[in-house]
Amino acid sequence: MNRWTSCDLKTLMAKASPIRSGDQLAGLAATSAQDMVSARMALADQPLKRFLAEPIIPYESDEVTRLICDSHDADAFAPLSHMTVGAFRDWLLSDEADAVTLARLARGLTPEMVAAASKLMRNQDLILAASRIRCVTRFRSTVGLPGRLSSRLQPNHPTDDAAAILASTVDGLLLGAGDATLGVNPASDNIEVLGALVEMLAEAIERFAIPTQSCVLTHVSTALDLIAQGRPVDLVFQSIAGTQAANSAFGIDLNMLREAQDAALSLGRNPASDQVMYFETGQGSALSSHAHHGVDQQTLEARAYAVARAFDPFLVNTVVGFIGPEYLYDGKQIIRAGLEDHFCGKLLGLPMGCDVCYTNHSEADQDDMDVLLTLLAASGVNFVMGVPGADDVMLNYQSTSFHDVQYARRLLNLRAAPEFEAWLQQIGLVDDRGRLTPGRMDHPLTGLLM
Amino acid sequence: MSEAPITRPGWRALTPARIGLGRTGVSQTTADNLSFAMDHARARDAVHQPLDVERLVNELGDAGPSALIVNSQATDRATYLTRPDLGARLDPRAAPELDTCPVRGADLAIVLADGLSSLSLHHAPAVLEHLTPQLLADGWRLAPLVIARQSRVALGDEIGERLGVAMVLVLIGERPGLSAADGLGAYLTWSPEVGRTNAERNCVSNIRPQGLAPRDAAQTLYWLMTEARRRRLTGVQLKDQSGLRQISSSS
Repeated sequence: MNRWTSCDLKTLMAKASPIRSGDQLAGLAATSAQDMVSARMALADQPLKRFLAEPIIPYESDEVTRLICDSHDADAFAPLSHMTVGAFRDWLLSDEADAVTLARLARGLTPEMVAAASKLMRNQDLILAASRIRCVTRFRSTVGLPGRLSSRLQPNHPTDDAAAILASTVDGLLLGAGDATLGVNPASDNIEVLGALVEMLAEAIERFAIPTQSCVLTHVSTALDLIAQGRPVDLVFQSIAGTQAANSAFGIDLNMLREAQDAALSLGRNPASDQVMYFETGQGSALSSHAHHGVDQQTLEARAYAVARAFDPFLVNTVVGFIGPEYLYDGKQIIRAGLEDHFCGKLLGLPMGCDVCYTNHSEADQDDMDVLLTLLAASGVNFVMGVPGADDVMLNYQSTSFHDVQYARRLLNLRAAPEFEAWLQQIGLVDDRGRLTPGRMDHPLTGLLM
Repeated sequence: MSEAPITRPGWRALTPARIGLGRTGVSQTTADNLSFAMDHARARDAVHQPLDVERLVNELGDAGPSALIVNSQATDRATYLTRPDLGARLDPRAAPELDTCPVRGADLAIVLADGLSSLSLHHAPAVLEHLTPQLLADGWRLAPLVIARQSRVALGDEIGERLGVAMVLVLIGERPGLSAADGLGAYLTWSPEVGRTNAERNCVSNIRPQGLAPRDAAQTLYWLMTEARRRRLTGVQLKDQSGLRQISSSS
């Protein structure tokens, strides 16, 4: 008799999760290796329908649960409605699960179903299944096409110095980065400083006709103020989480996100679609704000994707290793979490990117990032970060460098977004195969620095 | 195809970011890889190097010998890193000494906490050298210094509560970055007691000779602490006020 057979879903999900420090900190993790596997065996036998009948956080008390339940598409779910979690995993890896079929299913899946399946998957399963799913989004560039790997150029500076941010931006462009977005994390929340950054990036994009879009990653309420001032905001950013209480700790709710989306759309800056949102997520954020309801961190992360997909985002980024070793202890846990997040997000229909990253108090280093970057690029991740030398001098953590993006493209024959690649060719920075040319030293782009 | 680093005049001086790097093929050069690896090694060592209490006591001068030395409930570095809750609670063996401290009801307790970089704490004496005389001149009563090992910011709440002080100042080693492994943070909490949240604190960060100089940090702290004592609060409200003051005084 499996001791987990009669247990509630959230406990079963937590015990079945691959070990990570955040679940241990919350007291939710399995306490032995056999416990974990027997929980997985019990989870594999659960009908997918049970996830619809038993919300893991009550409908009455959580607007994310209400969003998940109320937006569930029963017709899309119908082909899977007879399956158990284990059968669903097998089906995902079968030859029947092609890109078209998977895209059609997305609205029939809940985050909990997807998280449950991921807990039964090995890393190679997460990679293979995710690689079949394309989620293409359009702004001035097209991100997520087959054979493409884009990057967010992240030109941060500790005091938001405009010339410094521009220098890092030019440096990244010269190395072929920035086709997903030019996205700066400001240190300040001063509206004048932020407004000046928005204007500066917009001017750079316009002056050199760069097929990309800018984002200053500040709180949605501040983005609303910037839009009200008439600043040229391309993408509205927000950190989101998988419970109402955790979102509340971020100072947001679903209405506020809707308001920000409407405001951004009112500017009419996206020539190709209504995709104007950029969300960031990361396992552990709910626990860190005491808002996890006894649910494991990976399941809560998948629930954050339900929030994201309600707003048809242009980009979603799991900032996987930023939160620190009390949630993801070492390279192994960070790598696993990055693959889970990418798989779950893609299966739910999101344009997933990943900040492949770690902090200096984690048991991780650049070698671990090389592994995760390579695996995600093989999985078809939409975008990763490009940070000068992988060293973010404002947020004090390590991510992937402009060089790293080029490495992944070279290794796996991936290319930049088509519009951006054409632009790089036109200004002589890459050749007709998309490879960097040695022409950057006195390139006209450096004129931005004048 | 390789390319040398960008040597454009003034370019690298614009930012501490690693811009203008050369490449060999698409890869970083040996020199850049090794330079990055050394910076990371410095940060890693800073996280794991135990606090040299004896050296710190010596650096504290007259205030050193009377300092109380306590541990959190995190018994080693690995526990400290994975269990922030334990790093925020006092080792029960240290409680009696705090509970029976002869100085009761002081205006301020100062806690020197190793945090994520014990190296940083060696900037604390310079901060105190500029801060303490001003406080004493204003008539502040200070509890004995407390040196705390394997400590999170929130350990100051329990220490302050047991000492019965009105406010606690925690000077703590910040998470090392690649550019600096020795940044010191300063956290102020009014009416400290177990369970205070970060929203109830004020923070001054990146205190180090090449960052926010200890003397300047002491002036900022002196202003914040004087205001906190007058208004009997710390946290978001105080931060907002200090921002307005700074803007109005510079305009």
